[in-house]
Amino acid sequence: MAVSKWQIPDDDPQPKNDRYHIRVRGIHKTFGPHAVLRGIDLDVERGKINVIIGGSGQGKSVIMKHLMGLLKPDQGHIYCDGEDLVPLDEFALNRVRKKFGMLFQYAALFDSLTVEENIVFPLVEHGDPESGGMDARGKTLKRRFFSRAELSRIAQEQLDKLALPQVLLRKFPSELSGGQRKRVGLARALVMKPQILLYDEPTTGLDPVSTKNVDDMIRDVSREHAVTSVIISHDMASTFRIGDRISALYGGVIIESGSAEEIRRSRHKWLREFVETSGAVQMMPCDEKDLIVDEAI
Amino acid sequence: MWLLRLAAFLDRIWLPPLRLLRGVVEALGQHMLLLFSVFRWAVRPPFRLAVLLDAMVFIGFESLPIVLLISLFVGAVFALQLSSALRTFQAQAFTGATVGLALARELSPVFTSIVVAARAGAGMATELGSMRITEQIDALATMAVNPVQYLVVPRVLAGTIMVPLLAMLFNCVGILGAYVVAVGVQNVDRGVFIEKAQWLLDPNDITQGLVKSVVFGCVLTLIACQQGYHATGGAKGVGIATTRSVVGSFVTILVLDYFLTDLWLTASGKNG
Repeated sequence: MAVSKWQIPDDDPQPKNDRYHIRVRGIHKTFGPHAVLRGIDLDVERGKINVIIGGSGQGKSVIMKHLMGLLKPDQGHIYCDGEDLVPLDEFALNRVRKKFGMLFQYAALFDSLTVEENIVFPLVEHGDPESGGMDARGKTLKRRFFSRAELSRIAQEQLDKLALPQVLLRKFPSELSGGQRKRVGLARALVMKPQILLYDEPTTGLDPVSTKNVDDMIRDVSREHAVTSVIISHDMASTFRIGDRISALYGGVIIESGSAEEIRRSRHKWLREFVETSGAVQMMPCDEKDLIVDEAI
Repeated sequence: MWLLRLAAFLDRIWLPPLRLLRGVVEALGQHMLLLFSVFRWAVRPPFRLAVLLDAMVFIGFESLPIVLLISLFVGAVFALQLSSALRTFQAQAFTGATVGLALARELSPVFTSIVVAARAGAGMATELGSMRITEQIDALATMAVNPVQYLVVPRVLAGTIMVPLLAMLFNCVGILGAYVVAVGVQNVDRGVFIEKAQWLLDPNDITQGLVKSVVFGCVLTLIACQQGYHATGGAKGVGIATTRSVVGSFVTILVLDYFLTDLWLTASGKNG
């Protein structure tokens, strides 16, 4: 291996784990002749903000799509609450996906639906997330679906929570600003009360003030809803501002993973340059001779 | 040395057709996989009636004006050409019968399908292609909504239901156009026009057109959905998907038409 991988601490190797919500082990993914992921090991801490950083084209979005089961790895395992997602078929994956919410880079709102219809779309499809399931005798309970008035009220509440004006409810996504789209996308992701929220480059294309607002929004959502957040980003200021755990992706592997302080102490030459070039974060000093120089890719 | 040159020469001759063949087989395989997926998801709840109705309105109702306009003029121009040609043999009386037969067996299913492929098929490919490149299809999957079940199944079902209905209307309006031209312009006797048409036309001919339009409706929506669903590469990719959808549908409809006609005639004992 020409790239020095982050070594998984063997404090708790079990897939089902109170501390880690998602555990990724040895994920490989190749597209044609191009090996994008070459043995990803990653732990996602429960209830924390986990950020994956890396340069463009390094495979951050590919990791994200694997976490949701949108892509299947060529080899390796992805455990969510101890359940391996890799062997699951589409029907079983749909059950697991209900634990997730995702905010896409450009929000991925449905163009043909209004803001209100976008927000309540998952509820229209799946009904009340707190209904259904099984009773004490193992009997499947009927899922409750909301009335039109209830859906409208829920959409209004979601907008209030994310400090968006009610006037947006009747608008279409094309009439919203970038920041508003992201907030509406987040409202849609939150409406099913997910346990895990994935963010695909949430601050890309936003001005500094909007970036800070989105950061605050992510932190508030993480605290208030007690969700596990996974963010992929190459915005260093944002990453070091909100990340509880940061993992760096380079050459198809995770080369470093830990708290912001641990990342600032990293000896990986590429990571130090990547972070420092942003101008937003200073790394801890390190002797030239101690630097780990990974193979250029 | 000459062996290498021969090999290079043979490569130049054989490789392009082989690549083309591989492309056709691959495309066929992808469409069959999508069709299989449509069958698989069509029988599973939830059944989204509202989405199906929306697709039926888009494919059927919104195609109605253009289908009716085209059918009127197709019938009219066929009557004009045929009455003029049949006049040579003093057989103008058969104008209605011949136009009716052509409409029922060939013109209605083929023209209707081509109109729907050009209008609704292109629209569907563009819509799904845009949804693909803006990650809306991925968003559906992340919300535990199967994109094939939500986007493709209603469209294929709507196409399979609405194209035959449009084809039957095409028949009616086409024969009306033929009647107006043959009786009003070409002075064919009204009674003879109707009598000969009734004499030559058979329920079997109508059924043939109906069966073809069911197949074409399913195929054209499947091609449009396949192209849009797998669009890549931004706005240009959406354009390519739309073009492929329209061209692919036209070619497939015409090729399938030949084989379905051959099969039908063989099955009904009228083939050679």
